[in-house]
Amino acid sequence: MIAGLQKLIRPVGTTDVVVIGAGHAGLAASYSLSARGIDHVVLERGEIGNSWRNERWDSLKLLTPNWQTRLPGFEYAGEDPDGFMSMPEVVEFIEEYAKFAGAPVRKHTAVQSVQRNFFGYRIVTNRGTWNAKAIVIATGACNIANRPRAADDVPQGIASLTPHQYRNPQQLAAGGVLVVGASATGLQLADEIRTAGFEVTLAAGEHVRMPRQYRGRDIQYWLDRSGILDETWQDIDDLTRARHLPSPQLVGSHAMPILDLNRLTDRGVNLTGRLMGIRDGVAQFSGSLRNVCALADLKMNRLLDAIDNWIEQHSIDCEAPERFDATRVPDDPSLLINLDRVGIRTIIWATGFRPDYSWLDVPVFDDKGRLRHNGGVVDAPGLYVLGLPMLRRRKSSYIHGIEDDVRDITEHLALYLRESSTDGETEGLPDGPAAEGHVWHDPRRRPDTSDIAGPHEQM
Amino acid sequence: MSEAQTVNNGVNVEALLGAREALTEAPAAAQFVWRAESEWQNGAHTRSTINQFFGLGEMQDRGQQFTVDTDHPEVFAAADQAPTPVEMVLVGLAGCLTGGIASVAQHRGIQLHSVKATLEAPMDLAGILGIDPDVRNGFKSLTVSYEIHADATEDEIAALVAQSQKRSAVFDIITNPTNVDVQVNK
Repeated sequence: MIAGLQKLIRPVGTTDVVVIGAGHAGLAASYSLSARGIDHVVLERGEIGNSWRNERWDSLKLLTPNWQTRLPGFEYAGEDPDGFMSMPEVVEFIEEYAKFAGAPVRKHTAVQSVQRNFFGYRIVTNRGTWNAKAIVIATGACNIANRPRAADDVPQGIASLTPHQYRNPQQLAAGGVLVVGASATGLQLADEIRTAGFEVTLAAGEHVRMPRQYRGRDIQYWLDRSGILDETWQDIDDLTRARHLPSPQLVGSHAMPILDLNRLTDRGVNLTGRLMGIRDGVAQFSGSLRNVCALADLKMNRLLDAIDNWIEQHSIDCEAPERFDATRVPDDPSLLINLDRVGIRTIIWATGFRPDYSWLDVPVFDDKGRLRHNGGVVDAPGLYVLGLPMLRRRKSSYIHGIEDDVRDITEHLALYLRESSTDGETEGLPDGPAAEGHVWHDPRRRPDTSDIAGPHEQM
Repeated sequence: MSEAQTVNNGVNVEALLGAREALTEAPAAAQFVWRAESEWQNGAHTRSTINQFFGLGEMQDRGQQFTVDTDHPEVFAAADQAPTPVEMVLVGLAGCLTGGIASVAQHRGIQLHSVKATLEAPMDLAGILGIDPDVRNGFKSLTVSYEIHADATEDEIAALVAQSQKRSAVFDIITNPTNVDVQVNK
């Protein structure tokens, strides 16, 4: 009994750096820390690649092709570089990477709280307590599925699902389905559920339209080659907006050149505006559908213009430019739908995700509960974050995007450890949020993409 | 943005951007309350007056009073001394969207030469006259047609109009529900 208590109270370990999360970001951080000879441990609440394993629907594939799926020192070695990994394949890829990196992962070790202490940080887990000088948060960007306030007013008898709870159409009750949100998630689910024979209504607010294929190549090829994905957080005009854009309407498949609202309309999906509320069983939708579609069409065309210009400047031999049909909006989209009367039995909230920092007991949050950080350097000494949308670059939330971010962050972290161990002063360090942008990146000339979307979330 | 210096749409973009920055830092100051007072004249004729509004943490006094009259046309057996209230809704939307277009154009360095809009909103009077309970009182729909001459491409002009809608208060008020509480003081 007393031995058990002591075990609870006494630290199980002291290390320089605790990395929280053994997904692609945490493991890449571990690889980079090992290369620098920095003592660390990776704490994982479940299995390696836990979110990819347990918090994705069955049919999901990466939004990025296999050739792009790489981590520091490690790349895709299979036979289908243009294909897209399924979730089991992603998990396998990440597990192999953990072995390759020799990452010191402690599985089934859930972090319960993190506090400042004399040493730096005190990390309490279900398997004892750690002390560390620095922390890298790599717990992902999609821990919690957002649900708008209207979700509280769903009438009884109608199932309410988040993308974390949705697996496949077989789990749905017979009847109509309302999908709320027109991101990659919303479009993929609406398409899949419609294909399974359900009546589907899709409520679309602001969204990001993007073709899978353009000028004979995957869109990622152009985003990658032209340097758009390398644009940094310091180049972005409205960073808050860029960090919270919905994911582009992509699906990991070459079966169709574009998955967009027109495709869903052709397949008989009923398109409405943004869901604004539910009152007495009646869902109310915004009358702004036409404008959000116009915005998305104009933005997609600006992105394609930028790609065309880049192709021309670099005299690349490829197929001719094309433009996609404008989004067709019904003449009279529904503003009010009596959910029961039209037979809707399920509502799926594809309304985005947010990270869960409920365990982080350090005052580093803004008034909306978001982590205050400057390119991943959190507003507390020795605290870092990885893998959030537009963290340091447009590609920050892509799997391959972690490499450059990890390099920058571990460089900063190594400097921090060195300076804090000599005299406790850290004046030589590039600052956190308050500072002007110091240059850690290679500023190159790129196409104007001030309002295109970042890749975002899972993929 | 070198172009922006020569573009003049009569909008002080620097001041607007400064306000955006200041109000980001001080969210309480961004809480505004708009006010109007009205008094029945005769028949359908009502006179509304507008002066003060609350914002930046205190009541703001314009030092002048605007007067806006509303009435109904003769086909409603009224005196037709002023526009109908529903026409004032169109006026509000036109003013909001067009002002927005000027601001966005200035910010994007686009010189405007003329911006004209025609607004149309069909309505079935079977609603307000209580003839058919399935017909709503308000507009069935609303169409705004812009004619814009500016030093910009067709797509750039379309983007101005789209962005203006995205940031328009009146567009939001018309397209989305609002809880309304009408009280009678005792």
